[in-house]
Amino acid sequence: MSQDEYRGMLPGHADFTLPEPAEPKRVNGRRPIPEVPPMPEAAPDPIDVWDQRVANGLAFLRRRLAGAYEIDEFGFDRELTDSVFHPMLRFLYRDWFRTEVYGVENVPSSGGALIVGNHSGTLALDALMLSVALRDRHPQQRHLRLLGADLVFRVPILSELARKAGATVASNPDAERLMNYGELVGVFPEGFKGVGKRFSERYKLQRFGRGGFVSAALRTGTPIVPVAIVGAEEIYPILADFKPLARLLNLPYFPLTPTFPWLGPLGLVPLPSKWLIRFGTPIPTAHLTELADDPMVVFNLADQVRETIQATLLELLELRPDPFGP
Amino acid sequence: MVTSPPNVVVVTGVSRFLGARVAARLASDPRVGRVIGLDTVDPPSALRELLPDVELIRADARAASGVIADLGAEAVVHLAVTSAPDPQHGGRSAMKEQNVIGTMQLLAAAQGASPLRKLVVRSSTAAYGASFRDPAVFTEDTEPRAVPRGSYARDILDIEGYVRGFRRRRPDVVATVLRFAPFLSSTADTTLTRYFAQPVVPTVLGRDARLQFVHVDDALEILHRSVIEDHPGTFNVAGAGVLSLSQAVRRAGRLSLPLPETTLSTLAGLARNVGIGQIGLDQIDLFVHGRVVDASRLISEFGFTPRTTAEAFDDFLRGHAEGSLNSDRLVAAERAILDGIRRLRSTAAVGGDRP
Repeated sequence: MSQDEYRGMLPGHADFTLPEPAEPKRVNGRRPIPEVPPMPEAAPDPIDVWDQRVANGLAFLRRRLAGAYEIDEFGFDRELTDSVFHPMLRFLYRDWFRTEVYGVENVPSSGGALIVGNHSGTLALDALMLSVALRDRHPQQRHLRLLGADLVFRVPILSELARKAGATVASNPDAERLMNYGELVGVFPEGFKGVGKRFSERYKLQRFGRGGFVSAALRTGTPIVPVAIVGAEEIYPILADFKPLARLLNLPYFPLTPTFPWLGPLGLVPLPSKWLIRFGTPIPTAHLTELADDPMVVFNLADQVRETIQATLLELLELRPDPFGP
Repeated sequence: MVTSPPNVVVVTGVSRFLGARVAARLASDPRVGRVIGLDTVDPPSALRELLPDVELIRADARAASGVIADLGAEAVVHLAVTSAPDPQHGGRSAMKEQNVIGTMQLLAAAQGASPLRKLVVRSSTAAYGASFRDPAVFTEDTEPRAVPRGSYARDILDIEGYVRGFRRRRPDVVATVLRFAPFLSSTADTTLTRYFAQPVVPTVLGRDARLQFVHVDDALEILHRSVIEDHPGTFNVAGAGVLSLSQAVRRAGRLSLPLPETTLSTLAGLARNVGIGQIGLDQIDLFVHGRVVDASRLISEFGFTPRTTAEAFDDFLRGHAEGSLNSDRLVAAERAILDGIRRLRSTAAVGGDRP
């Protein structure tokens, strides 16, 4: 099959329809006047609100202490994620990075999808912000199941936090199982090459590995949604990589940023860059299931995803002239 | 495919918890003619009551070849697999002798027995080893990535290797390998049940393993069906669902004591040398990596769904004394704290109104 024939087969095209966008609201160029909510007859006693909060908090603590909650076979603890992890991350997402999300309607509202993004930012905060974005902005409030490097799962504490937040080891069996269950799976094919690159190479997509993520999507017929994340490159700009120390500590890189390690723990505070996230048009794969082992198909599709993300990154960068703007 | 049930069944490891129950169940099934129990030691008196209809033969695996040939055994159920070294009975070397050498000799004898139609072997999900690059859920086709550290896991890999060889040489024999998750029930007494019964449970700091269990009664049902019916292949046997170790400890109302992995290994080694405590490298590997398997092949082949991991664990808890942090006390504490806060706030509100 020639490359052109293959591209012709790739839809945005064949049997795929975009999810319907929400009905637009007419605002006549102005912000809608906020409706004054009718005053309730008897305003709820503020004391009761607090009483409820205290009671809910205590019930939550009791459930946690009694082990009365469910985790799935990957170790995902929905209750803990929703009531502890996401509220903490939401502060970074909303107030610190002032994240704006575009194209969330491209993420299917039910069934599996593979969300493929660019990776950057020294610590993988972009993955966490992406999962908060989907939880907050998607109409179905979907959870993102991240695929992480095995280094994450070697480190005590970190490994358990990752599993409880819904992540699992980036391996084809796990990815395919999650997609077969109809979950949203998030993957960053650049891996450490993306997170650990110098500041001078910001927003230049690195190589996409062997395209294992594509073959997993093809085998399960799951659509691929490319996503571009702008903003993470500036949070810990890597000026240099101190390789000897990285080798000594068995890390993929040891970053030297303007603040780390010079300011000690303060250097771990991310710089407050402005973040933009845009989800692209889904690429359906259901008609390519038999070609999952064809390296040509896999490579071409990975390349297409990569080019889409790179192009979207450049578009987003034009929207954001000042990395630390409002 | 269901063929006629075997007429003569040999059960090894009959002096142990699982073997005795399997043999008793087979003996009470009218479709099975004779049940012969093999073991190197006599069954303890508690188990002997279960075995009135079972012909007991005290023999080691070397003598087994004669028995299997003489009796014309049509099915062999191999349950003489020890999961932890027993200091009273020779420790690790005896365990390896029984697990590895015993299986080798039994399978050699079975290979030469022409009436043999069926072989059922107890294995364990420990066969998947433990590695940080493992997928979260093992299917029967997952290969272990590294040779595991634990002695039991290594024995299991050897045993399965012998069964593979046996399958090659006797393709006419229906061979069933059952990879069991750890057993639990209200009465079973295993390393893990003793572990969860302690008032303070040592765990690995920074790790919260995902665990699965299988209820002993379900394991017996599966073993029974694999003797009576034909189910060739390897099957994971585990209850659906997952409990994390911390969650299991909390449900048991115990307190967990997280220790760094190296400290726990050292302490467990010391305790083993003194002869108390039975946490071995097998358990520590389990507590670091966790182990979850996909049992859908078992469910579709046997048409039987074991009760879930959470149900098996609840049944285990019913048979054991409640821990100090049980749910009743937690509910009481919750109510007391809530009432206390309400009272405080109402007095504060009254006090605030007055001036």
